This record gives sequence, structure tokens and C-alpha cells, in this order.
Amino acid sequence: MRIGVFVCHCGTNIAGTVDSKGIAARAAELKDVVHTEDLIYTCSEPGQAAIEKAIREKDLTRVVVAACSPHMHEVTFRRCVDRAGLNPYLYEMANIREHCSWIHDDYEQGTEKAYEIIKMAVAKVRQLEPLYSNEVDVNKDVLVIGGGVAGIQTALDLADAGLKVTIVERETTIGGTMARLDKTFPTIDCSACILTPRMVDAAQHENIEILAYSEIDRVQGYVGNFTVDIRKKAAMVDWTKCIGCEICVQKCPAKAPDVFNVGLAETKAIYIPFPQAVPKRAAIQVEHCRWFTQGKCRVCERVCPADAVDYEQKDEYLQRQYGAIVTATGLDVFPWEEYYHEYGSGHIPDVISGLQYERMLNASGPTNGHVVRPSTMGIKGKEPEEPKTVVFIQCVGSRDESVGRPYCSSVCCMYTAKQSILTKSHVGMDTEIYVFYIDIRATGKGYEEFVKRAQTEFGVKYVRGRVSKLYEDNGKVMVRGMDTLLGKQVEIAADLVVLASGITAADGSVQLAQKLNISYDEFGFYKESHPKLRPVETNTAGIFLAGACQSPKDIPTAVAQASGTAAKVLGLLAKDKLKTSPQIAIVDQNRCVSCWKCIEVCPFSAPEKQELRDGTEKSHIIETVCQGCGICVATCPVNCIELKGFTTDQLIDQLEEALLS
Amino acid sequence: MAQATATAEAPGAASTGGTREVKVIGIVCNWCSYAGADGAGTARLKQPVNMRLVRVPCTGRIDPLLAIKAFEKGADGVLISGCHPGDCHYSEGNYYARRKFELLDRMLPHLGVEADRFHYTWVSASEGARWQSVVTDFVTKVKALGPRQGRAL
Repeated sequence: MRIGVFVCHCGTNIAGTVDSKGIAARAAELKDVVHTEDLIYTCSEPGQAAIEKAIREKDLTRVVVAACSPHMHEVTFRRCVDRAGLNPYLYEMANIREHCSWIHDDYEQGTEKAYEIIKMAVAKVRQLEPLYSNEVDVNKDVLVIGGGVAGIQTALDLADAGLKVTIVERETTIGGTMARLDKTFPTIDCSACILTPRMVDAAQHENIEILAYSEIDRVQGYVGNFTVDIRKKAAMVDWTKCIGCEICVQKCPAKAPDVFNVGLAETKAIYIPFPQAVPKRAAIQVEHCRWFTQGKCRVCERVCPADAVDYEQKDEYLQRQYGAIVTATGLDVFPWEEYYHEYGSGHIPDVISGLQYERMLNASGPTNGHVVRPSTMGIKGKEPEEPKTVVFIQCVGSRDESVGRPYCSSVCCMYTAKQSILTKSHVGMDTEIYVFYIDIRATGKGYEEFVKRAQTEFGVKYVRGRVSKLYEDNGKVMVRGMDTLLGKQVEIAADLVVLASGITAADGSVQLAQKLNISYDEFGFYKESHPKLRPVETNTAGIFLAGACQSPKDIPTAVAQASGTAAKVLGLLAKDKLKTSPQIAIVDQNRCVSCWKCIEVCPFSAPEKQELRDGTEKSHIIETVCQGCGICVATCPVNCIELKGFTTDQLIDQLEEALLS
Repeated sequence: MAQATATAEAPGAASTGGTREVKVIGIVCNWCSYAGADGAGTARLKQPVNMRLVRVPCTGRIDPLLAIKAFEKGADGVLISGCHPGDCHYSEGNYYARRKFELLDRMLPHLGVEADRFHYTWVSASEGARWQSVVTDFVTKVKALGPRQGRAL
């Protein structure tokens, strides 16, 4: 056996705390090590060339690279070893950066620990065997979860490239958050005018199927071959018959809160969220329907010209196969009422959220685009009042550790600037507008100029400081805050206060992540494989991210990421076959006692009963199905299963080496 | 905690004696805790030098005998960490692990290994700060006990 050890400096990232040169020299004393070398940047072209050269010239049969995390460069060096003609699985990485140089200050201690980590890797590499990949067929259909602007973009890109795409959307229409917006910054484009044609494109595309009012029940399988159970929720309306005429909505006598309009208005128990809904189909909210709650009514059934209402409808279950899955589940608005008691907890009618205000500004919204004080709405014989003084408060549920939201929601500065401009154009230039802010973050193209426009052209007054209290007094909302630039308390009597409520992960994001086996952060946003280099992939092969499910994003960023995701999916599915990892479990059938415990515990149904020539049945692991978790290995009562690349001998040798010194 | 650290660092003052630095083995799953430890490194979150990590695909892969083997070979502490329940990359490997390690946790004192020398927990890929505190707390506890005497269990 001829082992080569390559120790990286990573500039000063490693060499700053670890004597890379010294430990490379010391490693030469280890058993079977015939070549050692320290390299400034091992992952660089000359670094990799040096490894290849050494493998060829020194006839190396095993390679240890002591550098960063295998999550960073395991694949890089595996390819490098492969190029030099050595089996790519005869190599092991020693992580002396993330797990050593970056977490220790003491040079001597860091160096000693790094050397031990290298010794552990050498002990393991000695035990490694050549492994060979298999190939599996790839299903080329794609599932997109979520039909907001990101999901629609990914679906259209993929469908245009010729792939079959299913969009699963839990609401009755696609469109997501963008469908609820009035205008978009910084161009003040009409949001619906940009989005709804894309929604229609998706619905009419021959390669796209939209399953609205549906949820993901279960996901099984692996990259290239996912099996997904989808639940089509009962709308109590037969959507193959419904023509979206809305007669049922007009005639329905039961009122229900209007979720699409964020509670600013009421809708009916049978409803279509907005006029441009896609698909434009009615659904009954059974908890508000008189037939379901009181056992009488059936008005919608009587008036429906298409005979589409079906009170007996049940949830429908579908099972589909996909090669890749894109999550584009979007966002929810931070539920500020539960946290900001100093802002009235939602009990002051003239204090509303940014999204509510957005609906109010919208011509098809609850006030037909008129800006009014909610406290004056719905009073008989009286026109609602327009506000004369409007106060916007930034960072409500963003950059606020006291409510568990330390992150910036990235869109609120801009949508506040937009809403302040729109207020002036809806109500009049003489409207007094104040914006309380911490910092203005306007980093996108044309964003800073847009905020400047609000301040100069429209005369919006920006006050740097937080608002400490909102309270009602004499028909006004009193805004008490601090102007930190002037260093004094301010109090403004406002007619309307709009809170720039931040972005949270969509409700149910964690539950979906658990079905998909993907990682998420403490806020429920999905974790990308690498923040810089693999921003649209998850750590679960074949599952990708698009839009705000990964982190708060504005529309241009979400759309750009969605197209990036589509490109990644196309890259994956351009192949007819996928190489599978050879680091999988294997059964020693001579020792198998046919207890079938492995079959019981395997999450992937990889072990099967195999009949041998003598008629006995033994466990056999289907190589292309095994995902290499090793649960069966630790379960087998006679230790007859091994996990290639992580065998018991390899792990014990690694442990032992760590404990020898 | 400060007191415990002080005790551990005073040579010979630890309960079971000895002056060598304690050695702690961590066996972690690839997808959550190894990545969480990477995250701690990337964020330069300082940790005690006593930890040596062994990477496995899933905590479900870890035979309890591996932990016992580590003690037999002279480990002063063994830490096992994986994905939070419900978040396993392989759906349910950590549930199998939890059953095994819950039993091992109770069995080790009968084999002469103090309870504080073994700990199993969950650290996700985004919990670098949690990894730092898990390692720091565990090493502090093991230091308080001092090096284990003798190699046999």
C-alpha cells in the first residue's frame, strides 16, 4: 500500500493556526505513507495537478487530502483522484479547517489536533476498497410545489425546454403573494398585469399540469425516481364542470372572512379569491357554509348553471412519479398582532399591515382602490374618510430580536417607499406622510433612486427611529416615537398607520421539509446546499429551491433564482441515466439468518428476500435503491451487513487512531 | 460552569486524577451535525480542542458498540449527534438511533462509565452556535470528571 498525504494551507485559513508544512513532513513517518506534500491552495488548478502528478509518479494507491470540509471539496478531489487513474473512493478527506484551524486560536494545539485528524484519515484510508457506481434510469417529469411567481417561472422554463411539469398549489388559484400586490417597485408596474399573463401561460402550456387546492402528502424515493402522494382537497365543486361564472358567489347567503384581502373585507362561503384566478374555479369553505354547518340552504347548487356543486365530494389521492422536485412555497406575512402589543395587537382599526394596505390600494381590492380609514368603513349613510396623515413604520417583525426575527425581510423598505408614493397619487399630494425607519436598505437596481424620489419628488418625510407606542386618542392614532437624528421625542396624530410587516416562512414549511427530508433553519426557511456556490440546491439530491421559501426575496430575485433552479433541474435531467453513489450497504449472505429486520427498518425498501440455489431465502440489497444511510447495518443482529465507505473496521480504526495519541 | 472548568484545569484535582488532556470522540451524522460543526467553523465559533469527530451518514448507522469501543480504546467521553427528530435526511434513522442510545445511556454507568461521559443530542445543519455550546458544555463536563483511569471498561 502506498499512501499520499496532501496538506493544504488554504492561504492562511489553515496555515494561520496550523503548521501545514510541519505536519505534512511528520505524516511521512506514518505507516504506508510514501509521499507527503503541503500545498498553498490544494483545490486550485496547480494544487490538483500536484496530486495527480504524485499519484502517477509515486504510484500512490491511497490518497488523503487534509483541507476543508468534505461538504466543500470531497467531490472536487474525488474527480482529481479519478483523473489520475486511481479509484475515486480510495481517498479520504481530513477536515482541518472548519473542524480545526477556524475554531482554535492556539497554534501548537491546533497543529497537534490537525495532525491527529490526518492520522485518523490515514487509518481509515488504509481500510478503503475501490467502489464502483451503478446507473439508474431517470424519470424526466418535474414536480413544482407552490404556484407563486417563482414556481410559475421555474415551471414555464422547464416546460418550454420540453419537460412535463406538475405545479401543486394548496390554494384554489396559483399566483401566490404577487397576485395580492397592487404595484411593484421600483417601476410601479401593475403587479397583476405582469403576473396574470404568466399564470395563463402556465395554465395553457401543453407541458404544465396545475393541481390547485392540493397538498403533498408523502414523498418517497430518491433523485431521478421520486414517488409523490398528492391530496386533491375536496372543493365541493366539480372543477371539470365549473366555468368560473361566479353566480354561486353572488347568490351565496353565508359570509366568510376574506383571506385573500387579508381580512379587510368579507367574501362568501363559496368563493373565488380574485377575478383573474387560475384556474378560475369556485370552492366551498365548509366551516362557513350553511349547508355544512346548519344542514339547509343549497343555494349554490340551485343557481349553478353547470351543475357543478357536489356536497358529497371527497378528497382525492393521486400518486405520481417525478425525477426532480422544486419547492417554491413562498412566504407568509409576519403575524405582528401576536407580538407587537405596543402597536395595539390588531385592536386599533386604523393600524394595518403592509399587505392589507396593498389590497386597499388595488382597484379590485376591498375598497376598489380607494385609500380610506378602516375605522370609517361600513358605516351606513356615511362615506369612508380618506386619511390626511399617514404614518409608515418599518421593520415590524424584521431586525427585531425581541420578537425572534433578527433578519432583514429585504422588501419592506422598498414596498413602503412605493406605498408612500401611491398614497400621494391616490389621496393627493397634500397628504402628510411619515416613514419611521432604522436604516434604508435599497440595494437593487434603481432602488436607491426610487427611495430618493419618494423623499424629494413626493415629499415623504423620513424619520430615523423606532415607534415605541401607538394608541387611540380623539379619533386619531397617536404615534409616539424617537427621532434619533434630532435626538428628541416625536408624537404624530395619524389617520392611518401602515406597519411594514416582515416576511416569515410559509405556514407549514417545516412539515413539508420533513416530508422532503430537506434542511431548514430556525425560522422555517429552507437551507440551500451552499450559500454561495449551490444556492438553489438542497442537500437532498434532486430537490431544489426557488423563491422566498429559501429566504425573504423581492420579485426580481425570486424570479432570477427560479430560472436558475430550472437550469439546474435541466442539467440534472439532461442525462438519461444517473450514477448512484457506491457507498451503499451490502449483505454477507453466508451469515444472514433471514430475520428480515433490515427489511423492517429500511426507509427505502432497499433490502429484499432473495432465493438462493439451495432454496433458502437471504437478504439482498438492491444497489440502485439503497441510499447508504446504514440503518440496517446497525440493526442487523449478526452484523452481516456492511456499509461501503463506512465499514465498522474503517470507523474503529479511525477511532482507535484518535485515541492512541 | 466556570467553577467546573477551573477544577478540570487544575492538574490532578479532577475526581479520577491524571494530568493528561481529556480526549472526546464525537460521532456525527453527515447531513445535520457534521454540517452544523462546519457552520460553527465557518463562523469561527471557538471550541475546546479535545473533540475528534468521526463522520457517518446517519446516526442510524451507529452501532452502540462503536461508542463502547471508543471507551474501551480510551475515550474520556463520547458525544453522538444527529438531525433533530423529524428532520432525518433518511426519514427515520435518528429515531432508531434514539432508542439505542437511550438504552446505552442507562447501561454505561453499569459498565463503570460515568453518566456525564456519554451524551447524545441533535444539532441541525443551521445550528453552528448550538454545536459550539454542545461541544463546550460536554467537554467541560468530561474535564470535570478528568481522564478515565485504565483502558478497560
